[in-house]
Amino acid sequence: MGYQTPLYQKHIDAGARIVDFGGWDMPIQYQSLLEEHHAVRQHAGVFDVSHMTIVDIDGSDAKAWLQYLLANDVDKLNEVGRALYSGMLNESGGVVDDLIVYRQEVGYRLVVNCGTREKDLHWMARQSKGYQVSITERPDLAILAVHGPESIDKVCTLLDPDLSARVQALGNFRALESGTWFIARTGYTGERGLELLVPNEDAPALWDQLLTQGVKPIGLGARDTLRLEAGMNLYGHDMDETVSPLAANMAQTIAWEPASRNFIGRATVEQHRIDQTNGLLPYLTGLVMEERGVLREGLRIVCDVNGQEREGVITSGTFSPTLKHSIALARIPTGSTNCRVDLRGKLIPVRLVKPNFVRFGKKVFE
Amino acid sequence: MSSFPEDLKYAATHEWVRLEDDGTVTIGISDHAQELLGDIVFIELPKEGAVITAKQEISVVESVKAASDIYAPISGEIIAINEDLVDAPETVNSSPYGDGWFCKILPSDPTELEELLDANGYAEICE
Repeated sequence: MGYQTPLYQKHIDAGARIVDFGGWDMPIQYQSLLEEHHAVRQHAGVFDVSHMTIVDIDGSDAKAWLQYLLANDVDKLNEVGRALYSGMLNESGGVVDDLIVYRQEVGYRLVVNCGTREKDLHWMARQSKGYQVSITERPDLAILAVHGPESIDKVCTLLDPDLSARVQALGNFRALESGTWFIARTGYTGERGLELLVPNEDAPALWDQLLTQGVKPIGLGARDTLRLEAGMNLYGHDMDETVSPLAANMAQTIAWEPASRNFIGRATVEQHRIDQTNGLLPYLTGLVMEERGVLREGLRIVCDVNGQEREGVITSGTFSPTLKHSIALARIPTGSTNCRVDLRGKLIPVRLVKPNFVRFGKKVFE
Repeated sequence: MSSFPEDLKYAATHEWVRLEDDGTVTIGISDHAQELLGDIVFIELPKEGAVITAKQEISVVESVKAASDIYAPISGEIIAINEDLVDAPETVNSSPYGDGWFCKILPSDPTELEELLDANGYAEICE
C-alpha cells in the first residue's frame, strides 16, 4: 500500500481504479477515461493532485535564491499572486524538475512533481547554503484541480460572495489567498480552471460539494490525455536530468535577460542554444498522425536531415479524444523533414506541428 | 467485477470462444481484457478468408492507454468479421461477449477446443 491523499476514500466511493503513482495510491480512472476527458473539455472536472509536493520559500534571500535556483526569473512576479512556470536545472543543463512558482503575500510557493519530491528537496537544501531562506514542505495541504469551461462558475457557487467575486476577477496565472485557502488560475489541461490548495481536513467536504455541483471526478489517465493535447510536458517522459530544456520545448521558460543573473546551469544552456542553432541539439516537436493507429512513447521516428537519414523518439504519445486521431511529442534532430514513425516495422508518415494541439476545447494547429 | 460466462471457452491470452450449433466458433476478447485495456479506440480485424493457426496474431486492439495483440484461440478459416467494430470499437468495452465479437472461424481441428480453459480456469488466472 502506498501513500494516500485525504481523498482516497472518496475515490473508492466514486468507483475509481487505483494504481501506484510515484508511491501514491491514485485514481487512474473512474468509469471511462474518454468520458472524463470530454467532461473537462466540455463542462467541468475535478482532479485530486494532492500527491504533488508544495514547498513554501521564505526568508530575506528568498527572491535572490529563487533567481539562482530557477531558469525562469521570479523578478517577473512583480505583484503578489502572480505565477510562473520554470525549470529547475542542474549544472550540466539538465532538468531536475519543472514547477510552478507563485508569489505569496509572504514569500513564495512552489508546486513540484510527486515522483521527484525527495530529489528536489535535497537539491534545494544543497543549493540553499549561504542564503537566508527557509524551505518548508506543506504536506498539510491538499490540491484539487477543477478544470473545464464551467469550472470557475461551479467553484464560485461554493464561495461567499466576496471571495467569489475575487475568484471571478482572477486572471490566468494569478492566485489569491483567503484564510487557509490558496486559489490559483493555473492547471495542466489547456482549459480554464482553478487549482485549490486547501487544508487536508477541508478537502473531502470540498470534493463532495463539487460533485454535487455536477463536477465530474477525473483520473490520472484523462489528466495525461488532456495535458498532451495541450502540448504540456510530463517530467520523466518529455524531459529529465539528461535533457536540456531547449530540447524539451522549454526555451520560453528560460529568462536570458538580465545577462548578469547567474542561474544554475546557465553556462551550459547558453552553449546548448548555440548547439541547437548549429543543428547539434535536437528539439521537441508535436506530431500528428491522422490515419488509424496510436503513437506511443518510445516509438522510433525516422527523418531526413540534409539528405541523411536520422532518428528521433516519441517522448509522449496518445490517442487524442478531442481530435479523434493520434498525437505525440517527439524529440527529433533539428532540421528534420519527411518524418515517419516506425509502427510495428512499417514506416508511417507523420506531420510535424507546434507542440500545442487543443486549447479551450478546439484544435489549434493547421 | 469482470464476468466469465459459463458457456464460453477461454485462452490464457484473454480471448473467448463460443461453439455455435453449426460447428463454427465465434471469438472475441474477455470482459477482463477490455477492462484492463480501458477505452478502445481502434481495432485492426483479420481478413475474411484468411487461414490461421492457433496462437497466431490475428488482430490488434488499441486503447487510449495501450496496444494489445489478439491471438487465434484455435486454427481454421476466418469466415466472418465484425465490421461494425471498425467505426464503433467502443462496442468491445460495452458488450465484450455480445455485439463486441471479433470474427467467426470454421475450425480445422475441433479437438483444439478441449485445450482451452473453462470459465473457472480462466477466472483463476485473471485473479
